[in-house]
Amino acid sequence: MKTFGRLVNLALPLRGGMALATLIGVLTVGAGIGLLTTSAYLISMAALHPSVAALGVAIVGVRFFGLARGVFRYLERYVSHNVTFRLLARFRVWFYRSIEPLAPARLMEHRSGDLLSRVVADIETLQNFYLRVIAPPLVALVIGLGMWFFLGAYNVVFAFAFLGFYGLAGIGVPLLTHLLSRKLGQELITTRAELNVQLIDGIQGMADLIAFNQEDRQQTRVEDLNRKLTDLQKRLAWVNGLQGALGNLLMNLAVWTMLILAIPLVRNGELDGIYLALLALAALSSFEAVLPLPGAFQQLGSSLEAAHRLFEIADTKPAVTTITEPQPTPTDYSLNVTQLGFRYQPNEPKALDGLSFSLKPGQTLAVVGTSGSGKTTLANLLLRFWDYQEGQITLGGYDLQRYSPAATARLIGVVTQQTHLFNTTIRENLLIARSDATQDEIEQATRQANIHDFILSLPQGYQTRVGEMGLGLSGGERQRLAIARAILKNAPILLLDEATANLDAANEREVLDAIHRLMQNRTTIIITHRLIALDRADQILVLKAGRVVERGTQSELLQQEGFYWRMWELQNAVTREQGLEVG
Amino acid sequence: MKLDKKLLGQTGSVKLYLGLTVGIGLLTGILIIFQAHFLSQIIDSVFLKNNNGGLTLPLLMLLGLIVARAGLTWGSEVSANRVAGRVKSNLRQKLFARLLKLGPAYTRRERSGELSNVVVEGVESLDPYFSQYLPQVFLTLLVPLVVLIVVFVADMLSGIVLLLTTPLLPLFMILIGLKTKAVSEKQWGLLSVMSAHFLDVLQGLTTLKLFGRSQHQEETISRISDRFRVTTLKVLRVAFLSALVMELGATLSTAIIAVEIGLRLLYGQIPFQSAFFVLLLAPEFYLPFRALGSRFHASASASAASGRIFEILEAPEPQPETANPASGPLKTPTAIRFEEVYYAYKSEGETRPALQGVSFEVKMGQKVVLVGPSGAGKSTLFQLLLRFIEPDSGTIRLEYGNTNTALSSVAAREWRELVGWVPQNPYLFNTSVIENIRLGRPEATLEEVSVAARQAHAHEFIEALPLGYNTVIGERGARLSGGQAQRLSLARAFLKDAPVLLLDEATSNLDPENESLVLDATEKLMQGRLTLIIAHRPSTIGRADRLIRLEAGRVVTQEGPKLEKLAHRKPEEAK
Repeated sequence: MKTFGRLVNLALPLRGGMALATLIGVLTVGAGIGLLTTSAYLISMAALHPSVAALGVAIVGVRFFGLARGVFRYLERYVSHNVTFRLLARFRVWFYRSIEPLAPARLMEHRSGDLLSRVVADIETLQNFYLRVIAPPLVALVIGLGMWFFLGAYNVVFAFAFLGFYGLAGIGVPLLTHLLSRKLGQELITTRAELNVQLIDGIQGMADLIAFNQEDRQQTRVEDLNRKLTDLQKRLAWVNGLQGALGNLLMNLAVWTMLILAIPLVRNGELDGIYLALLALAALSSFEAVLPLPGAFQQLGSSLEAAHRLFEIADTKPAVTTITEPQPTPTDYSLNVTQLGFRYQPNEPKALDGLSFSLKPGQTLAVVGTSGSGKTTLANLLLRFWDYQEGQITLGGYDLQRYSPAATARLIGVVTQQTHLFNTTIRENLLIARSDATQDEIEQATRQANIHDFILSLPQGYQTRVGEMGLGLSGGERQRLAIARAILKNAPILLLDEATANLDAANEREVLDAIHRLMQNRTTIIITHRLIALDRADQILVLKAGRVVERGTQSELLQQEGFYWRMWELQNAVTREQGLEVG
Repeated sequence: MKLDKKLLGQTGSVKLYLGLTVGIGLLTGILIIFQAHFLSQIIDSVFLKNNNGGLTLPLLMLLGLIVARAGLTWGSEVSANRVAGRVKSNLRQKLFARLLKLGPAYTRRERSGELSNVVVEGVESLDPYFSQYLPQVFLTLLVPLVVLIVVFVADMLSGIVLLLTTPLLPLFMILIGLKTKAVSEKQWGLLSVMSAHFLDVLQGLTTLKLFGRSQHQEETISRISDRFRVTTLKVLRVAFLSALVMELGATLSTAIIAVEIGLRLLYGQIPFQSAFFVLLLAPEFYLPFRALGSRFHASASASAASGRIFEILEAPEPQPETANPASGPLKTPTAIRFEEVYYAYKSEGETRPALQGVSFEVKMGQKVVLVGPSGAGKSTLFQLLLRFIEPDSGTIRLEYGNTNTALSSVAAREWRELVGWVPQNPYLFNTSVIENIRLGRPEATLEEVSVAARQAHAHEFIEALPLGYNTVIGERGARLSGGQAQRLSLARAFLKDAPVLLLDEATSNLDPENESLVLDATEKLMQGRLTLIIAHRPSTIGRADRLIRLEAGRVVTQEGPKLEKLAHRKPEEAK
């Protein structure tokens, strides 16, 4: 109920449009009722053989409602879709605004599979919130009220009888089917998800299954689930059939009851027989308004589930507290880290423990270690994605936590291994680094990053859209675009987080060349598990389980024949083997 | 009225239910006619004839018809679901069986998501086609015809009016159908572009933040959403307009009939009962057409999904098995010999040669290392030995002392019983750890599984998982590192205990600690078996009996032992 309230609140600014769409919706159903009732009235009148003039109004009415029905239907669709798309835009902006402060820390915690694609799908579900959830009950309510007065004008008995059937069809039937299908529906969803999991296992793991002669077992599993799914859908069809049958039954029973009630009244002269057909058809045609209600009820359920998931994400507290006091101006671009400690969750082991180093302006520090050693955590803390819990980081003489995330972003240029390129032109992608850069500045950056010639070779040069090339950009090209961005941004501190991972040897060399040009005169931190070109580093930290196990220059570390040496040995052996292969 | 031949072909086993669904629909139409008859009779006699008696029977008949109609509505839903349910269930089974036949060479990992989507959602999207569209096609042919005949009998002139408007409706429908299809495709296109943009921004949020640009995006999102709204409404207006024409066609025809019979009533040319009866039936005449019109999109989206479904069902099977599948268990060979084996990958008219005349022999008990640059043909050799693919020419022979037999002449299943495989990236199934290891031998006891896990150095980390061997992989943070996955895969091979071993070493996860554990387990596993290793580790290469170097699908060199020096060189020497 709370979710529903919040959802309505979000949609509230569009109430004007919604009210208009509802009104036209009422008029559409009303025109349908009008067409049938005036037609019934027309022929009943005509049967009494009056003058043509007496039929004039009825004839005009029939023609009017016949035309109006189509026109209203058209208008209603137009206005309600307009509202729907406005809602969609609102929900998107709202959601973006809520999660912007959460990225990336809290989103990583939420990440289960494809969280973001689910978010997009959930918002698309919500766009129907007005069209399928809010509008149908409102229209049904107004039509019900209108019919109450209309029938009550003839005799209050009609009004009560009608309302009974109308209410049952509009509230009772949806409620009943909801109760009957709730468990089935949930079981259906889990069965379908389970079938999906087994199919993905069967398809992705097919080589393993076949190699171990186990494909038949998987096939049996899929068949069992498939049978269960079919069976559930069969049972659900019984419920859906019941819903349709009851709706139909109540509608026709309403007509029948009108007759039963009206016939004695006509006989004893309390009601003019001319209205008999009219009353029956009015009752019949007004049920158009309640028939979509069971659907609305189901849609309400899925809307609330979608909204619940979105609210859950949006309500997360940001991982970083932003201080609003004036931003300090760094005295220089040195970095000092003392006894830094951090854990992601209170019950998890420390991801970083007692880390210390100090980096003078213009120096280079390399942080190496295997996956899970805490390298990326250090990057996350430096970029203020998370706030550290123990020790201190100072940048240019001030505690890092005194800078806002935006100020930190200005000071630190980053090249990571997953560079996101937006589905727009190459130029726009570069301008993200500095929106006022001239074409000259852009080209200077791309030349330094060894990517200018490649961009010119594309069909539309800098105007080529990244998405249109599909996967046409290689990992190396993406990395060099990321480096060009970092050059354009021209930040005094540089953070390279696995910038050359996933590249082949030739590409790696080119990217390294570009990186070395970028590193000049900048305070640089290189985070890597590939021990390549680290002889340039002023200091190397070797991390293991969040702690520094070795530190020194490359030659010192190799001399020690410790952990660094073993990693180095392992990698160079592989590189050597590959070198042998190529040569 | 487009009927997809291939989709229709799927109804073979459910013709009965399809017929039943159509039959129920037709019967409903007939009941509606009777209902209209009794309704007009009752009103006529009360309104004009002031008939006091004899109404009980028509009223009861009417009540009976109402109840029967509700029953039919129910039956129709259930029966229509049977049609769709059976077709979907059959198609899913066929699809999965087909994919298994096509094998891992077809279901490459990168498209597995798309493939399972076709099997679940793609098949599901056929539902409205079979449960709604298909029965409606028949009903649209039948019900209006029955109504028309009845109206003709009741009142000739109204029948003529209906008949005159009839040709217009299918015409409108075709026009609207074509239009709506184009329009809905365009609209879905726009919507997906729009959603893709939103997703793009969400995925790039970290990047935007790093460049301090994340707060500007709100405007962009709102602007693009607004542009989408304007364009989509423009597109939809066309669709709404065609619906308007359809609606007007039906309501105006009803209005014309109402006025026409009203005027004739006035001059006493038609009895009231017939007039009312015709008025009630006129909307029923148009209803099936409109219902079919609104189900056009079901047909359109079904034919879109069916394209992909039949592509899979009709994909040519790479190599039908020739050997007798019931040939019985296979004996362990004393050696495996490759004789001039050729293989090329074929896709979309392109052929990429992978093996070009490879010959070598491996004896039982030997450890042979395969090296070579990526694309040299190492993995193709493994695929051939696993019987995922068959040689284009040349033979792989199994030696039995003095006799031998071609690998292609034995049943693949029997052969695979003799092979243990440790892939580079083992697939871990979404089930418990114990079930994952039991892939090697499904009937193994917990005792046997844990022995295998100990041998693979996997027991310790498995015990440390929240539920030990019963931990479901992937749930609540129980994700395994690459090295742990490798050790599980080794445990599978220990459990299977097959005489032939195919080992594909991982290139990544160069973690010195994990390295020694994997190496030790691998060493134990290879004892007394015929082992082929695709190796990347110098230590592995060093302990092999022989090294085969492949380049561009050919064997370049075969070296004997004495590989030790390659393995233990000091870094200074390597520089």
